[in-house]
Amino acid sequence: MEKSVFFGTLAATALVSGLAAAGTLDDVKARGELICGSNTGLTGFGAPDANGNWSGFDVDLCRAVAAAVLGDANKVKFVPTTGETRFTALQSGEVDLLVRNSTWTASRDSELALDFVAVNYYDGQGFMVKKDLGVSSAKELDGATVCIQTGTTTELNLADFFKENNISYQPVNVADDSEAQRQYIAGACDAFTTDASGLAATRATLPDAENHIILPEIISKEPLGPVVRHGDNNWGDVVRWTYYALVIAEEKGITQANIEEVLASTNDEEVKRLLGASGDMAAKFGLDNAAFKNAIAAVGNYGEIFARNIGEGTSINLARGLNALWTQGGLQYAPPFR
Amino acid sequence: MAMAAEAPKDSFRLSMLIFDTRYRSYTIQAVVLGLFVLAIIWLGYNVDRNLDARGKELSFAFLWQRAGYDIPQTLIPYTNDNVHFRALLVGLTNTLAVAICGCILATILGVFIGVLRLSKNWLVSRLMTVYVEVFRNVPLLLWVLLSYVILTETMPQPRDFRVTDEMLAAGEAPAASMTLFDTVAITNRGTNVPAPLLERGLGTIDLGFMSVNLTFLAIVLVIAGSVLAHRFIRAQATAIQEATGVRPVTWWKSLLVLFAPIIALLAALGLHWEVPELKGFNFQGGILVAHAFTALLLALSLYTAAFIAEIVRGGIQAINRGQSEAAFALGLRPSRTMSLVILPQALRVIIPPLISQFLNLTKNTSLGVAISYSDLSGTLGGITRNQTGREIECVFLMMAIYLSISLTISMVMNWYNRSVQLKAR
Repeated sequence: MEKSVFFGTLAATALVSGLAAAGTLDDVKARGELICGSNTGLTGFGAPDANGNWSGFDVDLCRAVAAAVLGDANKVKFVPTTGETRFTALQSGEVDLLVRNSTWTASRDSELALDFVAVNYYDGQGFMVKKDLGVSSAKELDGATVCIQTGTTTELNLADFFKENNISYQPVNVADDSEAQRQYIAGACDAFTTDASGLAATRATLPDAENHIILPEIISKEPLGPVVRHGDNNWGDVVRWTYYALVIAEEKGITQANIEEVLASTNDEEVKRLLGASGDMAAKFGLDNAAFKNAIAAVGNYGEIFARNIGEGTSINLARGLNALWTQGGLQYAPPFR
Repeated sequence: MAMAAEAPKDSFRLSMLIFDTRYRSYTIQAVVLGLFVLAIIWLGYNVDRNLDARGKELSFAFLWQRAGYDIPQTLIPYTNDNVHFRALLVGLTNTLAVAICGCILATILGVFIGVLRLSKNWLVSRLMTVYVEVFRNVPLLLWVLLSYVILTETMPQPRDFRVTDEMLAAGEAPAASMTLFDTVAITNRGTNVPAPLLERGLGTIDLGFMSVNLTFLAIVLVIAGSVLAHRFIRAQATAIQEATGVRPVTWWKSLLVLFAPIIALLAALGLHWEVPELKGFNFQGGILVAHAFTALLLALSLYTAAFIAEIVRGGIQAINRGQSEAAFALGLRPSRTMSLVILPQALRVIIPPLISQFLNLTKNTSLGVAISYSDLSGTLGGITRNQTGREIECVFLMMAIYLSISLTISMVMNWYNRSVQLKAR
């Protein structure tokens, strides 16, 4: 009797967990909320304001996915993760999607069994130092103390860079950007290294930003992008194409403001398919046919997201650079929507 | 018992497994054991199935891959070209370093505070009460963070130590200077202490499976020899005391035997100190003790000392007042009464709870993760786990290692406990 109850519970648990593994998309729809792994606080990319409202470049991608899947960009719960906890949070199912300045690498695809579905920011690792240190190149940092976030690709690049240049350094391990910033300001490290975009974001929040410089060396390739669990291809497709929808929207000149106008007047079949006015493209992903339209309407196209959060004119002031559209000499390129 | 003996043996029925008190407990134990085994099997199955779903399999091969990351504080040689297993060992030695130093420091502090808390001096005993209550009623994590932030925020930067030509000309002193006769520099990055260096080291010998540092071996041997010789002298003195009733004066012999050989050896090896010196960005030379280590050690020992103080106080109060009164009647001074009569007896009460405090302290070293101390949970459980994606293996290994450390401590302390307990002769 006792045993059969036990086996019954066991079977039920197995069934429930089996279903849970079946599809993140169905889980999110059933829950009515997207759980998005975010940064603990990196201005411009993902940080909560004083009222707890999250905003930023990565945050907007989460909102776009929520708008596409649930029709409401506000149905997102953001879970702050550190460099060390982020992948475990994703693997364990604590978050549905991780958009947290995470670099796409081979071992993360294979060993960590993650799927990077797109690159929303092409970045590279740099160094920030105080101006009065009198350093103008990263190669002059011999013997310096460097603040470095643990569990990141930058940590490995740092070790490689100093070894290749045959110079030494003393690492100071930190868990996240805010701790790195505290240590750096206190002078507990001479240099702070992370992705150049992260450096720009950190520098922007310093009260005396003009006293800090980002050294010219970019020592690595850091393609940052949204990550999902390996093996859930449908969910990966949804995130990937939500992102591409934003890129296509910029390419086609669809903005948050003119989307209804474009929809009414356009003769472009691809735009019609993208916005759900023709065919059932979005429905084939298991989404509402107006899903991608909702996403663009909620957060704007890729260019708008960039300009609003980190672009020139914001405090972070990053140029589009590699992240310009392919038509403008950049690397942002979406496959055809057909 | 009489009832049980009268029951006929040949009429065993299945229902007796439940209704007969003789067999019921076996039934319950068998069922519980069965459930326990099933739960373990289910957990294993669950892990296996979920790993399958992610396309992973359990494997410890990652331990032999290149680690690729650097560790701020290493007690054994390590570079980023070493394998993850070496990083594990670095983390383990860092854990043990904090744990051992912490246990010693906490015990010394705890005994002092515990004894002082019973002081007849009102102010002293109240101060100690405040100490105990404050330290043990605030979470340890806060103490760890507090001491770390204080060290990194209040200490001067290395550049504050710099003396430039203009400053010399103007006769200005630098913003900060080294302490302890200009040998120790405390910056906001760590404490730079002089390093002992040997001019004529004995080198190492390679035994194939490991290399042995001969200098280290020689020092250990000399110290062990000195301790043994010291014991011999004391045993002889005791023998003379028992035979004649007069204990010969031995302190100068002990001092000579304990310290002369090691000083002679170090002099022969050419011991000298490398004092840290400000060069470039940082102090170079000497040994850098990371603030993460200092902060963790401070917090752990101050926190645990509060608990040990209470244990010591309880142990002392458990000793019958008659013992101290008898000692006073024999003319012993209060300090000698404490060290010769009260404390040895109190030890019997103190040791068992002390073991669990040592275990707590050792396990609490893993809180170093909050200040990025490179202990076992920082290297194996942090960076290695994250870079290789081997969560289950790393956590499993960590549990096994912490378990072995704790069991070893328990074993040693239990052995010591047996040696101080009353023996029935």
